[in-house]
Amino acid sequence: QEPQASGLPEYIKIVEVGPRDGLQNEKVIVPTDIKIELINQLSKTGLPAIEVTSFVSSKWVPQMADHKEVMRGIERHPGVQYPVLTPNLQGFHSAIAAGATEVSVFGAASESFSKMNINCSIEESIERFEEVTKSARNMNIPVRGYVSCALGCPYEGNVVPDKVAEVSKRLYSMGCYEISLGDTIGVGTPGSMKKMLEAVMKEIPLSALAVHCHDTYGQALANILTAIQV
Amino acid sequence: NIVPTPVKINLINMLSETGLQVIEATSFVSPKWVPQMADHTEVMQGINKLPGISYPVLTPNLKGFQAAVAAGAKEVSIFGAASELFTQKNINCSIEESLERFDEVVKAAREASIPVRGYVSCVLGCPYEGKISAAKVAEVSKKMYSMGCYEISLGDTIGVGTPGSMKEMLTVVMKEVPVGALAVHCHDTYGQALANILVALQMGVSVVDASVAGLGGCPYAKGASGNVATEDLVYMLNGLGIHTGVDLQKLMDTGTFICNALNRKTNSKVSQASCRL
Repeated sequence: QEPQASGLPEYIKIVEVGPRDGLQNEKVIVPTDIKIELINQLSKTGLPAIEVTSFVSSKWVPQMADHKEVMRGIERHPGVQYPVLTPNLQGFHSAIAAGATEVSVFGAASESFSKMNINCSIEESIERFEEVTKSARNMNIPVRGYVSCALGCPYEGNVVPDKVAEVSKRLYSMGCYEISLGDTIGVGTPGSMKKMLEAVMKEIPLSALAVHCHDTYGQALANILTAIQV
Repeated sequence: NIVPTPVKINLINMLSETGLQVIEATSFVSPKWVPQMADHTEVMQGINKLPGISYPVLTPNLKGFQAAVAAGAKEVSIFGAASELFTQKNINCSIEESLERFDEVVKAAREASIPVRGYVSCVLGCPYEGKISAAKVAEVSKKMYSMGCYEISLGDTIGVGTPGSMKEMLTVVMKEVPVGALAVHCHDTYGQALANILVALQMGVSVVDASVAGLGGCPYAKGASGNVATEDLVYMLNGLGIHTGVDLQKLMDTGTFICNALNRKTNSKVSQASCRL
């Protein structure tokens, strides 16, 4: 993408995560047909990518228990990507069987968060993801990598930019086409966003980076603007 | 609902303890037009005036100015607009006529050694005219600055601005008014306020208006938010390492006080986030 005279990109790819990241945080279990309708309506808006669901055990994430039905039930519009989360090889196989053509793996820049969230260390999680990316490569399935807690962790507090860069590099090297850097608890501000991106950009080309900002402290748009300006 | 005078006074007194250096206290406008500000004299006389803090008040005309000074005001503000239609609907005259009224206030203020701040509304869009030209904003700003206003606060009155239009507008205005005399007053009606403020900061603006708890809705968009929350602004500036002198916790406590008194939820995301702790 060539920058405009303003230095800003001409096009920004927006990845819609409402049906997965969004609904996952809702207390009430959303009926399958409503999830499908939501995704179908989003497919008509022009969004190029819509995160559909997560092939994770329903014991851990009850909201996503209907992942197969949702994956099979949605309309697939040409030109729109429908990635799904696959935390491990088992989830990956299940996703492929249900018709997924793109998957995502979710790492973290914080050991504590990794342990609390997926019950293993960052290193162990990387090993799991490598199994997924190997299989995905064999089947020509693109894999997107997420790095959570990029600007702060609910358990560890401050997160060092170099750690974010290190985890991002591992995911990128294993074959993820894009790394989405997540400000999981929304504590970031334009200053910390810039510092983190500068560290990560030493390891990963800008065009392979995405930002996933939470608006918990109302900072999201300002942080996104900063990322766009970089 | 009319807020009781003691609540207003307590709010201002609490704000005076947070480190804020400027607190807009009230408006010396006819209660017929703005009933909420009918107690302007009592509020002005009732608040603790801490040294080092400025308590400007709005004075739409000479009469209001004189009442303000009699009540002890030491700084006043005048409210212009970059839109003819908005001026007509809001204060019932043309931009030119409004500037003539303001000139009277500025002249009297100069005699009394009272600083005057000028506001320009609708700088990034008007509820009646729609698009507003940056040149018009620059023209009105320049007139108010030349008249004697020490600072011009540029208001995105309906919050429709985005970083692009903010940058364009400021570029043009800065040709006529030095950036050191500019402030921004962004509304968060479309959630764009902090991003717009960030752009203004990047261009050299160092005075930003905000409202505790994001008080103040939008009279033109029912149910929409209005002012950007001071708490959210301070959070962003703290993260950028920009000094404000404001104690975020004391500010949040003040926000909690007024929201309880008004029986409403805060518009500040930072406050909402902190409540979960």
